[in-house]
Amino acid sequence: MRTCAKTDALPSRRAWRATSSLWLDAVRRLRQSKGAMIGLVLTMILFATALLAPKVAPYPPNKINVGGFLERPSAAHLFGTDQFGRDVFSRVVFGARISLTVGFVAVGIASVLGTITGLVSGYYGGWVDNVLMRLVDVLLAFPGILLALAIVSILGPGLRNVMVAVGVSAIPTYARLTRGSVLAVREQLYITAARSVGVNNTRILLRHVFPNVIAPLIVASTLGIGTSILWAAALSFLGLGSQPPEPEWGRMLSEGRQYLRDHWWIATFPGLAIMITVLGVNLLGDGLRDALDPRLRA
Amino acid sequence: MGIYTLRRFVWAVPVVFGVSVLVFMMLHLVPGDPVKMMLSEFQTTQEQLDLLRSQLHLDESLPKQYARFVWGALHGDLGYSIRTKRPVSREITDNLLPTLELASLGLLVAAIMGIGLGILAALKPHSWVDASSSVFALLGISMPSFWLGLLMIFAFSLHLKLFPATGGGDLKHLVLPALTLGLTESAIIARLTRSSMLEVLRQEYIVVARSKGLRESAVLLRHALKNALIPVVTIFGLQFGRLLAGAVVVETVFGRPGIGRLIVEAIINKDFPLVQGIVLLVSCTYVLVNLIVDLAYGFLDPRIRYD
Repeated sequence: MRTCAKTDALPSRRAWRATSSLWLDAVRRLRQSKGAMIGLVLTMILFATALLAPKVAPYPPNKINVGGFLERPSAAHLFGTDQFGRDVFSRVVFGARISLTVGFVAVGIASVLGTITGLVSGYYGGWVDNVLMRLVDVLLAFPGILLALAIVSILGPGLRNVMVAVGVSAIPTYARLTRGSVLAVREQLYITAARSVGVNNTRILLRHVFPNVIAPLIVASTLGIGTSILWAAALSFLGLGSQPPEPEWGRMLSEGRQYLRDHWWIATFPGLAIMITVLGVNLLGDGLRDALDPRLRA
Repeated sequence: MGIYTLRRFVWAVPVVFGVSVLVFMMLHLVPGDPVKMMLSEFQTTQEQLDLLRSQLHLDESLPKQYARFVWGALHGDLGYSIRTKRPVSREITDNLLPTLELASLGLLVAAIMGIGLGILAALKPHSWVDASSSVFALLGISMPSFWLGLLMIFAFSLHLKLFPATGGGDLKHLVLPALTLGLTESAIIARLTRSSMLEVLRQEYIVVARSKGLRESAVLLRHALKNALIPVVTIFGLQFGRLLAGAVVVETVFGRPGIGRLIVEAIINKDFPLVQGIVLLVSCTYVLVNLIVDLAYGFLDPRIRYD
């Protein structure tokens, strides 16, 4: 089997050089896209805000200020204060941490489980494929946020459960996407070649199939972070996600609802934060799609 | 076509079966004792817990419970709400109409706005019309509908006082919720119409139609749009699902009665039979709608042959 390992290593190093130039091409295309660059900048700002939250925020997010309820935006409180005198700007800044965590954890759950399902289903085919895809069909039968709602009702409200719920309900997307790509890759000559020199299935899946289906997954995961943030915020808005006093954007919006008439800033800034975040991630995702798959370019 | 129709029906059967198993298992997947959880806010005695357990038939074997669940559901019996003690089917039918009104008007808004914008963008690709319509589409996809709803309330009811902010009832109460729901959905339709229209306008039969001297409006409407809308129609099944999901949020924002608010309240109240009933009904309807859309696809586009 030593010779086998050798023949395996040689072309794959060459293949790596080829893919690296493929990725370089993609980066070049990405840099030419104005939308993607705007998206990248917005996403970087979001990351920086989340990482440096204690430095960026002028006040602790949950600090109640008895003298300063419902103050208008001013130099001292950029986004005003809420019904407990808490600084809305500081809360929005700390909210970035929550939303990013939710986005990444949910997409992490969905993409890992979905990709494994798709790889196995597409590569092995036959009854394995049939069973797995029927299961995916069943999950897809719960439209939109309904599956997430059902999971939250089982696990109970809370931010952690919302992450699980949103993650699990996105599994079908990744499973189908991966399976579709695997079906195309499976028929390629290099897979037949790898199989004919006796490379085992796990190794073929990980070394030869997976790297070739990763591009659409990167696009889907990027766009998925936006969707997950949006869904989790919606669930928190409905009172099923984040619990007080966490500075979660969706819940801040819901709390600010009753003060909308005279104190618009409480609900406006968290909403703006959600939109800019999702917009940035979507722009980046669209740009990545165009960059990684030039055939899809309009 | 006949075989295809049959095969689609046969495909739907295991899906509906899977859905029913999952919905049935919801209660049993609850970490800990589901009965205790449902009554967690009350002081209860062991007898009361046992009573509810036997009322929900949780003391029977799983297969027997499942058989009872399916048999009941097939006969329109989804059990009783734990909070209101009314039949779940009654709770649902009482709240169905407002949601259907909201969803259909929302879909109408989405279709008019989305198809209109998509056509405008496709007629002048890379113009300012196209650019602004893609910006609109992007904003629509990124904007949380609950925020859009609040902005609408802020502008149109609190300040301009054109429409009531909350509540259900007449058409006036329906305008803002339907706009909120429709605007976010129109973004996707606009994107799809644009790309589909661009694709069709490249086809040879459009060149032929133009070169035989047909009026441009006839070319666009009769030859291009009709074909361009086929893929748009196919996502109406998906849209239906998205609209229902959107209704959950929009109904809460505008304090409208409906299925969406019913399920949110049921989840908060831990009213499991009600949650199960709604989830089962909505997902089965969704499967059915997608089945119909799939079948309609073949009728709309005779080029498509299934074999």
